[in-house]
Amino acid sequence: MNFFILSLIKAALIAFVLLTALAYLQWIERKVIAHIQLRVGPYRVGPHGLLQPLADVVKLITKEGVIPSHVNKLFYLMAPWLAVTLALISISVIPFGPEITVGPVTTWMQLTDLSIGILFVLAVSSIGVYGVALGGWASNNKYSLLGGLRSSAQMISYELPLALAVAAPLLLANTLSFREMVNYQNGYWLGFIPRWNAIPEILGFIVFVIAGFAETNRVPFDLPEAENELVAGFHTEYSSMKFAAFFMAEYSNMVTVTAVATLLFLGGWLPPFPEPYSDAVPILVFALGGLIAIYHGLHPARRKDKFTLPAAGLVFLGLAALFGVSLLVPVLKTILMALFWFCGKIGILLFVFIWVRGTSPRFRYDQLMRFAWTFLFPLAMLNLLITGFFVALGSK
Amino acid sequence: MTALIFFLFAGIAVFCAINLVAQTHPIASALSLVGVMGSLAILYLQLGGEFIAMAQIIVYAGAIMVLFVFVIMLLNAGAESASPRLSGIVKYLGIVLLAAFLGLISFVIQSMLPKTEGVVFGNFQGGTALEIGRKLFTVYLLPFEVTSVLILIAIVGAIVLARKEI
Amino acid sequence: MQNAVPLSWYLILSAILFGLGVAGFIYRRNIITVFMSIELMLNAVNLSFIAFSYTLRQIDGHIFSFFVMVVAAAEAAVGLAIILTVFKNRDTLMIDDISSMKY
Repeated sequence: MNFFILSLIKAALIAFVLLTALAYLQWIERKVIAHIQLRVGPYRVGPHGLLQPLADVVKLITKEGVIPSHVNKLFYLMAPWLAVTLALISISVIPFGPEITVGPVTTWMQLTDLSIGILFVLAVSSIGVYGVALGGWASNNKYSLLGGLRSSAQMISYELPLALAVAAPLLLANTLSFREMVNYQNGYWLGFIPRWNAIPEILGFIVFVIAGFAETNRVPFDLPEAENELVAGFHTEYSSMKFAAFFMAEYSNMVTVTAVATLLFLGGWLPPFPEPYSDAVPILVFALGGLIAIYHGLHPARRKDKFTLPAAGLVFLGLAALFGVSLLVPVLKTILMALFWFCGKIGILLFVFIWVRGTSPRFRYDQLMRFAWTFLFPLAMLNLLITGFFVALGSK
Repeated sequence: MTALIFFLFAGIAVFCAINLVAQTHPIASALSLVGVMGSLAILYLQLGGEFIAMAQIIVYAGAIMVLFVFVIMLLNAGAESASPRLSGIVKYLGIVLLAAFLGLISFVIQSMLPKTEGVVFGNFQGGTALEIGRKLFTVYLLPFEVTSVLILIAIVGAIVLARKEI
Repeated sequence: MQNAVPLSWYLILSAILFGLGVAGFIYRRNIITVFMSIELMLNAVNLSFIAFSYTLRQIDGHIFSFFVMVVAAAEAAVGLAIILTVFKNRDTLMIDDISSMKY
């Protein structure tokens, strides 16, 4: 009974935090792309557009959900549900931190640790192809069908380099569970270089991130989706909440791919340099951010910023103080440090995703498929062969 | 608990299999088959085969069935019309006889097997990827290499059959 | 709390799925559905292998099941390519209409 209640609490916490984070991920994306394009982005709804996701949610919920007349109703309604359910399920095996003891309860910061966790994430992403294919087919629209077929063919083509790039750290760490994988990356070479898998496996890391771009249908691989700027994509006939479900599924897939990349290649929640020095990093980062915000708030460029920038600065200084206080409470320190490093690394990778979206043009469809089959797949196999060779050599 | 999960997913598997045979549109049959494979994967998990369960989802439900769904969508296969040669009474008699046949097989299996200790989830811990890798690359190395040549033959055959004639 | 499920129930389920696969193979007229009934039969046999592997506490049943999956993948690839060729030449997917060898 204790296990069930604990899992229920963890599931509720993860669901709540994840859904809020997805909404604000969209805000971050719009702001970053806007600043890359030298404009401002959402600015009016709330201070600096912070309430824009709320406004979008309200708009999408209250919009009329039009179901076109000749669609296959069962599959039309099933496709976005399938996409969003599978995208959220794969978060359940992602560990956010090490083992913590809160009061009488000792548990890991993870919903469940499967001994085949990595295979589980691959399996869920394999089934996620059905959401896209069914959505395109059930819409009874030839452009949707083409977009859906192209998108699902792209997803299954890029699953191969993804799985091969994943297989190389598995050879090194000799385990399939995420917890053991992060524990393998503990420690430092020469005292200060972290034992992350990205350093021996740099090729695998790059292949994984590129295949991750293609799996989540992000630029530069989003031709099947961006056709809705030209003609139509697989989610053209969907409106209001079903469209929101597809978008939530896409952002959730992005979070999953970056989380798996962090766990497999970048050491999960482990800090990049040894313990006593790395505790100061969150305090310094937030304090610096707060001081910069307050400094810019003194002579702001716009009149409204006289209030919002110092307020943001005070929030950052409060967070720095929280991290400083947590150094005295061990439980809080473990939780906050693990969350800071894990979310920091995921945040950097998500920023790279958004940065590439704002900067790169997109591939044509045949260029995309040729890139997968003739370049990424042999590269991933080469990486696996080299890793296998060195593992066999070293395990005499 | 084991019995509950077994009955739930066995029921889903049988329902989806009946749906596969009874539906007229091939896409509905294909998705019912995905349902069968998913529930069978849960049953494999219950029998201790964790690697095989994930391999079933990744390979069977996630790749082979996606190929089926692609071909059905590409060929624009419509719903089957009613067969002109089978009269109604033959169809219903066939269903009754099928049910009787399956019942007979179940009775024979039930009475023929000795009373073994039954399946409890967690009694078989040897289904990990480690054990499978150990056996696959030492004892069953020759079948492994032969199947890799078989897959190569299948790839070449599929490309030759499905390419455009220039 | 965990009552054991007798092994014969798994084999009965495997037999029922196999029987339904044979019924689909005989009754349906669309080539692709016939092919899917073959896959259903292969899945039923896989369940049987894994159930016996549990009883004997050996991993060999899992490995055989793995090979069955691999062979089913190869067969599905070539079979669907053949179906595409048949559709290109005969313009129909009903097995009743593909009943003559000469085109």
